[in-house]
Amino acid sequence: MSKRKSKETSSVNGECISQVQRILRERFCHQCPNGKLFGVQLQYKHLLELLKRTTIHGESNSALIIGPRGSGKTTLLNHVLKELMEIKQVRENLLQVHLNGLLQTNDKIALKEITRQLQMENVVGDKVFGSFAENLAFLLDALKKGDRDSSCPVLFILDEFDLFVHHKNQTLLYNLFDISQSAQTPVTVIGLTCRQDILELLEKRVKSRFSHRQIYLMNSFDFKQYLRIFKEQLYLPAEFLYKPFIQKWNKNVQSLSEDRTVQDLLQNHFHCSKDLRSLHMLLMLALSSITVSHPFMTGSDLLEASRLCRMDSKANIVHGLSVLEICLIIAMKHLNDVYEGEPFNFQMVYNEFQKFIQRKAHSMYNFEKPVVMKAFEHLLQLELIKPIEGLPVRAQREYLLMKLLLDNNQIMDALQVYPNCPTDVKQWATSSLSWL
Amino acid sequence: MAAAWSPRARGGRSLQRALARNSSLSLGACASVVTSHRAGLGLSRRGAGAPLQEGSGESPGSGQSRPGLLTSLRGGGWGISIKSERSLTEMCIQLGEFVLVEGENADQPFVAKLLKLYEDGSQEKHAVVQWFSRITELPLNKRKLLQREVSPQEIFLDKAPGYDTDINVETIIKNVKVIPLAPKEAVPVRSNGKQIFFVKESWDGKCFKPLSPGSLSELKEAEKNKRVGSPSPLTDCQTSDFICSLKAETDRVTRSTVKTKNVQMEIESRHSASKSSLSKERHSQRVANGINTPGARKKLQLNSPTKSRNKLTGCDVLELLGDDCDALEPLEPSATRRKVTFTEILGSPPKISRTNGESDSPLTIRGDWSKLAETVRIVPYRRSQASSLKAKNLDGKDDDTWHLNGRNEEEETEERARESRKTTKQAATSKSNSKSDTNLAEEQELKTRSPVVIPRSHRKCVQKTTARIAEQLHFLNISEQDREDDYLPSTDCSDSSSSEEEESMVPCTPKRKMRSSTTLSTPKSLRKPSDITPAKTPRKTPEPRTPKTPRNATPRIPIRNQATEKPANVLEEARLRLHVSTIPGSLPCREEEFQDIYNFVESKLIDGTGGCMYISGVPGTGKTATVHEVIRCLQQAAENDELPSFQFIEINGMKLTDPHQAYVQILQLLTGQKVTATHAAELLAKLFSTPGPKRKTTVLIVDELDLLWTRKQDVMYNLFDWPTQKQAKLIILAIANTMDLPERIMMNRVASRLGLTRMSFQPYTYKQLQQIISSRLNHIKAFEEDAIQLVSRKVAALSGDARRCLDICRRSTEICEFSSQKSASGLVSMAHVMKAIDEMFSSPYINSIRNASLHEQMFLKAIIAEFRRSGLEEATVQQIYHQHVALCRIEGLQIPTVSEIMAICSRLGACRFLLLESNNKYLHVRVRLNISQDDVMYALKQE
Repeated sequence: MSKRKSKETSSVNGECISQVQRILRERFCHQCPNGKLFGVQLQYKHLLELLKRTTIHGESNSALIIGPRGSGKTTLLNHVLKELMEIKQVRENLLQVHLNGLLQTNDKIALKEITRQLQMENVVGDKVFGSFAENLAFLLDALKKGDRDSSCPVLFILDEFDLFVHHKNQTLLYNLFDISQSAQTPVTVIGLTCRQDILELLEKRVKSRFSHRQIYLMNSFDFKQYLRIFKEQLYLPAEFLYKPFIQKWNKNVQSLSEDRTVQDLLQNHFHCSKDLRSLHMLLMLALSSITVSHPFMTGSDLLEASRLCRMDSKANIVHGLSVLEICLIIAMKHLNDVYEGEPFNFQMVYNEFQKFIQRKAHSMYNFEKPVVMKAFEHLLQLELIKPIEGLPVRAQREYLLMKLLLDNNQIMDALQVYPNCPTDVKQWATSSLSWL
Repeated sequence: MAAAWSPRARGGRSLQRALARNSSLSLGACASVVTSHRAGLGLSRRGAGAPLQEGSGESPGSGQSRPGLLTSLRGGGWGISIKSERSLTEMCIQLGEFVLVEGENADQPFVAKLLKLYEDGSQEKHAVVQWFSRITELPLNKRKLLQREVSPQEIFLDKAPGYDTDINVETIIKNVKVIPLAPKEAVPVRSNGKQIFFVKESWDGKCFKPLSPGSLSELKEAEKNKRVGSPSPLTDCQTSDFICSLKAETDRVTRSTVKTKNVQMEIESRHSASKSSLSKERHSQRVANGINTPGARKKLQLNSPTKSRNKLTGCDVLELLGDDCDALEPLEPSATRRKVTFTEILGSPPKISRTNGESDSPLTIRGDWSKLAETVRIVPYRRSQASSLKAKNLDGKDDDTWHLNGRNEEEETEERARESRKTTKQAATSKSNSKSDTNLAEEQELKTRSPVVIPRSHRKCVQKTTARIAEQLHFLNISEQDREDDYLPSTDCSDSSSSEEEESMVPCTPKRKMRSSTTLSTPKSLRKPSDITPAKTPRKTPEPRTPKTPRNATPRIPIRNQATEKPANVLEEARLRLHVSTIPGSLPCREEEFQDIYNFVESKLIDGTGGCMYISGVPGTGKTATVHEVIRCLQQAAENDELPSFQFIEINGMKLTDPHQAYVQILQLLTGQKVTATHAAELLAKLFSTPGPKRKTTVLIVDELDLLWTRKQDVMYNLFDWPTQKQAKLIILAIANTMDLPERIMMNRVASRLGLTRMSFQPYTYKQLQQIISSRLNHIKAFEEDAIQLVSRKVAALSGDARRCLDICRRSTEICEFSSQKSASGLVSMAHVMKAIDEMFSSPYINSIRNASLHEQMFLKAIIAEFRRSGLEEATVQQIYHQHVALCRIEGLQIPTVSEIMAICSRLGACRFLLLESNNKYLHVRVRLNISQDDVMYALKQE
């Protein structure tokens, strides 16, 4: 009887857990406009009013949204657009053109994309798209025809705005800003960028035409707010199907946030990076450990997730190397110490290794040179070492100059956790120049 | 460039054109077409031999004959003969005829009426003309005055002053047909009537007026004269034309021999079409006609003693053909030229052989013609098949008439071929006369029969409308009633659909019939006079057209559904007025510059010369605005007749994808042509270096001049070279930012041509900015005085950019609006302005460093520490990492892993706090600070 009951609850839980995972994953992965915005109320209002004026009054504008990566520029814009679209007048009038500097890598492509998104390519007729010059003239003509009162306002959103700056002559930007400053079709140009020096990149004529509205997103919250965001991000919404589970889950989240170790962990995370995307990453990893048998997130889950997040990728590679390869890396470390970071070549490493074998090694065989060479090349393929640029590649492989891409600390840390590392190798690694 | 031609392209004409254009593609086809043409004409030359000796000697009785002023005046001396260099053809144009005059756009020559011819002392031949303007030649803003769609064939009697009506005779291309219309008549839509124009209204530079009765009748008279000369199937003239005394008719006939090329051309193309679309019955009729032709021919010979082309030899006829081909393709002289040579080469052998065989009857000619038709006009045939019976009928009629003309032309050629042979003609004359009589009788008979022949409209309303139209016409033409009754088809006979065009068309029908009967008396056309009436039907049926090229499409942004809201309060009103896009009523603080530029352009306009002016100034100092203001004022003055009118065009270096596109744009703005850059350069050079009649001064604004720089500087060179040409009448206002641009980037020869007329716009001072804001606000109380002054002073100190100033004001109104709950006055105060200025000008770095995460700040500190340690301004990540670790140990923080450090580093790099090497050297990436160390220290110390 009791067994049956427990089975029943677990089946409910299974359904429930997948729901939880779905909801939270959506929240973490998508920049969905349903989520909440944190600490950007002012910017939100500014942008909303700006776009409202464009659509309702037909006022042309230009603005840049500037903020570091992951600070929520796109999310902010999506939120604003979502709210705007709830106004009927806006919904029916506003034309949107979304461009991305990574996709529209030159003005020609961008113009085609604009024509397409404005659905004017049918006007272009049988010849789907003419030459670049024709296209530009066509588009400028189209935009010139309109005026403030009669034409649909056009919203240009330029994602990765800084990349548009590098287009030839900044033709596109000049023209967009020029339209926004002249009595033509009302347009609003919104640029999104993470570069703080963006204004310095604009050509003087383009800069003069830009209205100098800059909306900065700074992640300007402190740790208390961060903790609250953490909780908000994990709370299940009230419309979740399994009501009793919501309460339990939310209670658990609350207790997590009060847990000392969790707070420390979050504090460390917060110190490292304030953007919410990295928090999402952390929570995502923790979320994946939630199963039917383990329905609530615990501090250890977060700890594990945090460990994964912070992991040093290069040092991890070292864990999988053979002893010979470890020995070579140690030899390189010593060479670095001796020659103060000057590049080395295989022959030098081999000599170093030979010295170790002859003088100190107790458990190591003396490997043939080709075998050592093979190990060396493996390290090269793993990009733990890298040939120096700008030197002739013609040189014999043994004498190609290399640099080690690992720091001493990384090597020592990796050796600590290296399984079954021979003691003499460890000693060799820790020994300074004294043995020479 | 090669226009896309669809398989449905209309008729052999377009086919030929297409062939001529794609010469490489269809060389063979082209050749074959031309050959068949030639064969046809070659035959026709030898048709019936009626020598014209006497005719050539006789001068017509018309009183218009002038003493030979021109050396090339011919025969009666009331016209000019033009020898085309291209085709070596001679062409006669009489006074009072309409001509095409070379314009700047090869596509669209000017239309004018020849008024007078004279020769000046230097043996230059001149002509005085009355200009007509196409709609495209009229100023854009004035076109609206018409408030209707204007067909491209409609032209306006140009009474605008300022055009030189004295032209060089050499610029006359050929004659053309112009049909005057009464104010209420609609312009008939003609599918291929490119060479026929309609004039309905006059244009005096300010407004459109319907043609005054005087000028209308004058034009009509001219038209009448001409129409007889070039019988056209489609006549749209007044019923008043109907009552022409027989004498007048003969008079006209005498002059009729001079043919317009375009008509011939049309004849050829249409003629061939007729063959394919004719029914069998028709064919038999034609056979009969062919038999009848000699009579008609004889009559012609009788009535037209003045053979203006009587000196043409058989060879000339061939040339004439070539010229016709030319006329086909006024657009592409090169292509046509090629074609002409073809005609000559391929055509000559048959000609020779045929002339030898004399006995060919007109019937065989016809056979040849129909063969030709089959080769050339396959497409239209299909079309007519597909179209309704009505349309077919119509087509048939049309073709028929054309055919008639074709015949006429053939006959003429024949006659000319026979000129050398002397034969008496008396007998023939009498014969022809009797023939024509019978023809007339036949015609009458046919007319009465006609309603039966025509497929009737099944719609009652149509009948009603036609009835109404007929009534109207009836009313109009009471005077000619008696005469017209015979010809005017009854209402049920005209089965065309009801349209206003009808009105113009219906009355013409009888006239045409009449004329054809008098001039040619070929019974063929008369057989089916009723066919003429439904002439409208094909207009209704969707004309097979070549797909529109995008060039003609006028792109536009969709119209918004809801109207924009009006500004609700003072702040919104102020914001609207402060927007840069608002064009202020006046430009304050640029009065001097305005006056200088105005004077410069004005003087050049009055002198009719050209010149350059270079205008420089930093962005936002009102260069372009001032120049536009000048142009506005000048245009105003030109409208008020205070100045000669001019053409204004503008290009912007920033709006071009390539400096050479400047040519394309200029040419397009000047003439509407769209060609490639190199070709445009050639055309422009030609345009500006040759004297042209009717040339207005052009004012060209070249904005952002520096972007037209190329390595060879050819664009700049040409731009500044053109105004130096005497005939160019080009004024260039070049705008750029740098004052020393000519010295810095231009070669000497370019800078020298630019000249020394320079002007530089100084940045605005704070007083000027203040004035600009106040004048824009125009007594709207939205700003505190101090606030305006603060903005002005701040901007003047920074850049003097008026745009910036206005933007700040606009932003302050927004700030004020959102905080207005707090502030009492509701005006924009100093505090709001300060906030706006801060927003726009404060450096974002310090603030964003303060908002960076702890380790990011630590990394910046580590960088500075490393810089201090090494004494260099550059360090590798590895070195910084060591510093970072040390700092963390001091602070007691968890030491980040190398991966985290790398992430921090790239984040800072993305924000451009740091400059990073862009390769994957991992720990060995070199790092520099993008901000000053002091700023970083300042930002970090505050905490």
